[in-house]
Amino acid sequence: MDSIKLHYDISATDFTRAGAASGDVKRTLKALGVSPATIRNVAVAMYEGEINMVIHGGGGVIDVEITEDAIRMVLADQGPGIENVELAMKEGYSTAPDNIRALGFGAGMGLPNIKKYTDEFQLDTALGVGTTLTLKVFMK
Amino acid sequence: MENVFHSVRLDDEKCKGCTNCIKRCPTQAIRVRGKKAYIISDRCIDCGECIRVCPHNAKYAVSESFNELLKYSYRIALPAPSLYGQFNNLDNVDYVLNGLKKMGFDDVVEVSKGAEFISDATRKMIEAGVLKTPVISSACPAVLRLIRTRFPNLIGNILPLFTPLDFTAKLARERAMQETGLPSEKIGIFFITPCPAKRTEIKTPLCFEDQNIDGAIAIKDIYPVLVQTMDKLQPEELEPLNDSGIIGVGWASSGGEAAGLLKERYLAADGIENITKVLEELEDEKLNDLDFIELNCCTGGCVGGVLTVENPYVAKARIQRLRKFMPVSCNSLPKDFDLDELSWTKELLPSPAMKLADNVLKAMRLMTELKAIEASLPGLDCGICGAPSCHALADDIVRGYAERSDCVFSALRKASDGDEWLPAPFRERAAVHPFPEKGDGYAHDFAHTFLKHTDPKDENKEKGEPT
Repeated sequence: MDSIKLHYDISATDFTRAGAASGDVKRTLKALGVSPATIRNVAVAMYEGEINMVIHGGGGVIDVEITEDAIRMVLADQGPGIENVELAMKEGYSTAPDNIRALGFGAGMGLPNIKKYTDEFQLDTALGVGTTLTLKVFMK
Repeated sequence: MENVFHSVRLDDEKCKGCTNCIKRCPTQAIRVRGKKAYIISDRCIDCGECIRVCPHNAKYAVSESFNELLKYSYRIALPAPSLYGQFNNLDNVDYVLNGLKKMGFDDVVEVSKGAEFISDATRKMIEAGVLKTPVISSACPAVLRLIRTRFPNLIGNILPLFTPLDFTAKLARERAMQETGLPSEKIGIFFITPCPAKRTEIKTPLCFEDQNIDGAIAIKDIYPVLVQTMDKLQPEELEPLNDSGIIGVGWASSGGEAAGLLKERYLAADGIENITKVLEELEDEKLNDLDFIELNCCTGGCVGGVLTVENPYVAKARIQRLRKFMPVSCNSLPKDFDLDELSWTKELLPSPAMKLADNVLKAMRLMTELKAIEASLPGLDCGICGAPSCHALADDIVRGYAERSDCVFSALRKASDGDEWLPAPFRERAAVHPFPEKGDGYAHDFAHTFLKHTDPKDENKEKGEPT
């Protein structure tokens, strides 16, 4: 079965555009008639991931593949990488600088939320190389 | 396709087939076909944006004429609180209410009265914790339609209660039947409306099986007669009819309903673009720390309705002044009131209007085709094909409502090489009639100079401070 592939370039520290990619995915899924619960999970997870790329990752690329039974998202940046994955996965832990927190981001809910809203969650990170999140949400 | 009733219509004679309205419609419900605007019925939410934006007055809203009143032997007017903001130097709402009676209505019941009961009920329900938060107000019928069309995920957050208008109508009918002994069908209840969406909701309610209101008369239609009647009223003639306070009348403008809940964790947004942004964020669960969200399609709230006479900000200022002389609230629900009596009687269903197909597999096939077509279009969103954007044209093509050749650029491209086929502004080479260069006093140059001197980043750089 063929799939729908969507590609987005995420620019670094441009908060005015943050959320544009997840917004587009959301519109696409609505036009496909995907269930509201599935759309919500994809939208929340992808938005959090997109924001992470803007704040920490120095931008990157997002590839989304929609098939009949799932939505797969790969969010890849060439940022600094995550030093302590265990800590980063803890709710409330954040390394976001103060100026970012002042914008209302950096509550330390990003990664935990992404995990909560996805059915499959894989985090690959290497210091100085970058971080790749591979996520899957099954159609409900 | 759903067969939907609408109050927003097109005057074919006046329509020039320009592209102003197609660009502005929040649900992309308008196309140009046969040199005229065409409204796609199941997408239209009756918000009235196209009425506002049409330079030729070709879009209009249907409402009841005064002749409609003659069908009933007892006639009741339900004035929207936004009506009070339409008059200059008004310091007593009773002039408006008595004016309506003198015009020929047998009774007048303020919608702001019903609003105070609904404020009370909402407060109680939020406190009881029985609602999914953030609760979205259900008062604006265009918002209800926008949500079911574009944000079906959020239907569960909508306040599932009577609107102030519904409740006021119920009170008015009960009172009239009791006082006159007349059967219900002899009693005509008319809403004095600031907007076409309210009339659509009256004619085809989304959340109720039946409705209690017989018609809607536009504020702009009743205004000239009402002003004349009010002018002739003597102070000693005034019957005390005003029975609502600051909270009820506050519903006229954006933020009023939310303020009436006496809570702090609320948001109030107005204007179609702004509320769309709020709904997007709400859908992404970014606003979960709020209790209540008030959304009004019109800028400024109901005072900004397309059927009003006065500028929304002027109307709002006047209502603020009026409220100074009013008590906080005149109405509250009895302690033992069963809130179920105010519940919707019908489930609000999502609209399938934006879906490509009934099943995901078929929709995916169409989406793949749509993406390919969109990629082949110039991406200028010029509107000459009659669709608001290249994406919308691609969408129409896969649904079978348009053809590739509808794109004037696709047609021209075949005819010539290079970019000669493009209209002048879109060609690579220099424009035939260039704008003045820098230094010729052209506005762009002026703005450039101005920005350079005021950009705080630049100032910091000069001082050697980090940005």
